[in-house]
Amino acid sequence: MSTATTSTRSAPRRRRKDDTKLALLFIAPATVGLLVFLVWPLLTGLYYSFTEYTTLTPPQWIGLENYQRLIADPIFWKSLKVTVLYVLINIGVQTVVALLIAVLMQRLTQSTILRSLVLTPYLVSNVVAAITFLWILDTQLGIFNIFLTWIGFDPVSFWSSETWVIPTVALVNVWRHMGYTALLLFAGLQSIPTHLYEAARTEGAGEITQFRRITLPLLRPILALVLIMTIIGSFQVFDTISVTTQGGPADASKVLQMYIYENAFAQYEFGYASALSVALLVILMVITFTQYWLTKAGQSDLD
Amino acid sequence: MNSPIHRARAARTTPSPATSPTAPTSSPAPHRADGPSLSRRRLLQGSAVLAAGTTAAGALSACGGTSAPAGATQIDYWLWDANQLPAYSAAIDLFMEKNPDVFVRVTQLGWHDYWTKLTASFVAEAGPDAFADHLARYPEFLKLGVIAPLDGLGPLDDIPATQFQDGLQELWTGQDGKRYGMPKDYDTIAVMYDRTMLEKEGLTPEDLEDLDWNPEDGGSFEKMLARLTLDANGVRGDEDGFDPKNVARYGMAAPGIDYTGQTSWSPFAYSTGWTFTDADTWGTHFNYDDERFAATMDWYFGLVDKGLFPPFGVFGDSSPTQTQVQTGKAALSLAGSWMITTFNNMEGMELGIAPLPSGPVGTPMSMFNGLGDSISSQSDNKEEAARLIAFLASDDAQQVIGERAPFFPSTDVGTEAAIEAFAEEGLDVTPFTDRVANGETGLYPLVENSAAIMQTMQAAFDQCWMRQLDGADFASYNDRVNALFE
Repeated sequence: MSTATTSTRSAPRRRRKDDTKLALLFIAPATVGLLVFLVWPLLTGLYYSFTEYTTLTPPQWIGLENYQRLIADPIFWKSLKVTVLYVLINIGVQTVVALLIAVLMQRLTQSTILRSLVLTPYLVSNVVAAITFLWILDTQLGIFNIFLTWIGFDPVSFWSSETWVIPTVALVNVWRHMGYTALLLFAGLQSIPTHLYEAARTEGAGEITQFRRITLPLLRPILALVLIMTIIGSFQVFDTISVTTQGGPADASKVLQMYIYENAFAQYEFGYASALSVALLVILMVITFTQYWLTKAGQSDLD
Repeated sequence: MNSPIHRARAARTTPSPATSPTAPTSSPAPHRADGPSLSRRRLLQGSAVLAAGTTAAGALSACGGTSAPAGATQIDYWLWDANQLPAYSAAIDLFMEKNPDVFVRVTQLGWHDYWTKLTASFVAEAGPDAFADHLARYPEFLKLGVIAPLDGLGPLDDIPATQFQDGLQELWTGQDGKRYGMPKDYDTIAVMYDRTMLEKEGLTPEDLEDLDWNPEDGGSFEKMLARLTLDANGVRGDEDGFDPKNVARYGMAAPGIDYTGQTSWSPFAYSTGWTFTDADTWGTHFNYDDERFAATMDWYFGLVDKGLFPPFGVFGDSSPTQTQVQTGKAALSLAGSWMITTFNNMEGMELGIAPLPSGPVGTPMSMFNGLGDSISSQSDNKEEAARLIAFLASDDAQQVIGERAPFFPSTDVGTEAAIEAFAEEGLDVTPFTDRVANGETGLYPLVENSAAIMQTMQAAFDQCWMRQLDGADFASYNDRVNALFE
C-alpha cells in the first residue's frame, strides 16, 4: 500500500489503474460469494421455473406452463391465504409484544442479566422449540391441555384443529422471536436522546403520552426496518410446520414454503416448485418495496 | 399432525417407541452410571445417545465392520425398518460367510431420512447398490430411471415368481413386464386388542372371531364396537343414555389415514368388492367415486358421530394405535402385521389378535403389501448386489430371517419360520396369514403419481374425518386424481 502511494505520486495515471485492480481484489471474495451463492441460484431457479425438471433427468423447456398451472392451482391460492393469515397473526402479536418488552427494558431496568434473559428463547433452535411445543400442546398428553382440563376446560386440539393450527404455529414462533425483535427495537430506543424524555417530564407528560409522542415517532425508522425483516422471515415459515403438522389438517397449515417443499422433494417437480418459489419472491419484493415506501424507512425525524 | 407425505407411510414404518413422547424413558441416562467421576467426553457421548434416542429410530450403521477386507468388493445395502435390522443383519452375515469376495455394508436410516437421503444420493450418483424399496416409491424411481431391471442379472433369473406368496412378484413388476424388486416380506391386516380388557368385559376371544360387517348398519362388527365403547359415566355404547360426545374408551382406535387406508378403511372398502383402480397393478383410473366406496366412507367416519371412533385430532402422533389400546382409550385396533412385535411389547397389555370382520363379499378382505429389494441402476457392482438379494430370497436366508422376524418374510419357508417363532411367544398370527392362504386380499395400489395422489386425497380424508365431507363428495377429488393420468 504505502509503496503504491509513493510510486503514484510521480505517475498519477498509473495510480488509478492500480487502485482498480486492488479494489477488484478486495471485493472479489464477496463478489464470488454473492455470484455463486445468490445470483447463480436465483438465475437457475428462474430458469427451472420455465422447465419440467426432476433433478435426475435434464430439464425440459416448457415455457409458461408452470405459471399457467400455478394460476389455476387451488392449493397454491389456499396456501397463500394460509401464509398471509400466519404472517398477520405472527407479525401483529410479535411486534406489539416486542415493543412492549423493549420499552420495559429501557424504562424499568438497567440490569444486563434481565435484558439478556429476554433473548433466551431465541437461543433455542426452531425445530427444538417446535417439538417442545408439539409435546406441550399435545391433545392427549400435553401438559398445557392437562392444565386446561384441571381448571375445567376441554382439551384443545391445538395442532389438529383447522381453526387453531395457524394461530398455534404463529404464537410458537412469536415466543421464539419476540426477544430478538425486542432487542433490535431496544437498540433503536437507545438512540433516542434522554433529554427529550426529561423535557417531556418537566412539561408534565405521563408515560403513555411520552410513548406516543416521543418513543413511537422517533422509533419509526427502526420499527420499519424491523418490520421489513420480520415480515420477510415470517413469510418463509417452514421448519415449525414441517416438524409439527406437515401442512395438515386438510391443508389448513400448508404454508407456501411447505407446498414448495412437497412439490420439489416428494413429487420431484422441481420445475413447478421453482415457479412457486418465484411467485413467493415476487410477493416478497412487492411487499418490501411498498413497506419501504409507505413507512419512509430511509428517513429519521431525529434530525 | 400427519402430513400426506409423512402420514402416508407412518403406517408401514413401525414407529419406534423412541419416536413417541410417551417413551422418552427408553433413552438411557448414561451419565448416571458413571457417577461423580463423569468426564466431559462421557457427558457429550451420553447426550448424543439421548439425542439419537429421541430423534427417532436414528441413523445407525450396523453389521460388522465398516470397511471391506482386502480383495473383497464392497457393496452398500440400505433399509429403513429398525425392527428388520437384526434379521437382515444375520442373513447378510451368512451371505458374507458364503461369499468371502463380497463385503456388504448395511445402513439403516429412519423412514423420513431414508427417502430424502436416497433421492439425494441418486442425484449425487452415490447411492446404495441394493436397497429396501416401497410400493409407494418405486414407480417414481422407475420413472426417473434410477432402479435397474432385475432380469438378466445373474442368479436373479433363476428365481421364479412362484417362490413367493402369490401376487408379491406381481407388485414388483413394472409396466414393461420386467422385475424391479425381489419381494422380501409381506404384510396383511388384522384386529389387535388387549385380552385383559376383553375378559373384564365378560367376552372371550371367540366372540371376536366371526363378526360380519356391511356399510349400511355395520353388522355384528359395529355392535361389538358399541359393546366395547364406554362413555365418561361408564355407560356402554350399546346402552341407553350413552353420551357419544364424552367417550372414555372408543370401540376402534384411530390410525393415521391416507389415500390407501391400509390399516383404516381399506379392509372395509375391499370387502364390499370395491377396488382402487381399473387394474390390479398400474391402474390409471381411480374409483374413489364408486358408490360402495362412498358408503364405506359414510359408515367408517360416521362412527365418529356415534361415538365409536375418535374424532379427528383427538389422538396425534404422540398417541399411535398401540398406545390408544394400551392406555385403554380404544378397545380394538386394526393393525398391520409389521406391528405385532410393537403391540406385543406394550407394557401391561396382553395382546390378542382377531381376524377382520367379513364383509358383503362373504369373507374378510385385507390389504396385501410387500417390501422389495431393488438394485440401483447407478451401481457398478450390480452382479454382486444381485447375488445378495438373490440370497436374501433363498430358503437358507428366509429361514434365518423368519426365525428372527417380527414380520412375515416373502417365501413359504420364511413365513412358516415366522409363524413358529410367533407361536413360541404364545401368539397365534394366523388371522394375518389366513388372508393370504385363502386369497382374501386386495393389493396395495401400485400406481404412478402416488405422491400427487396422496397430496390431493389427504385433504378429502381429513375433511371427511372432520365430518365436513360426505362419501359422495370424494367424486370431485377422484376427478382430480384421474386427471393426473391424462
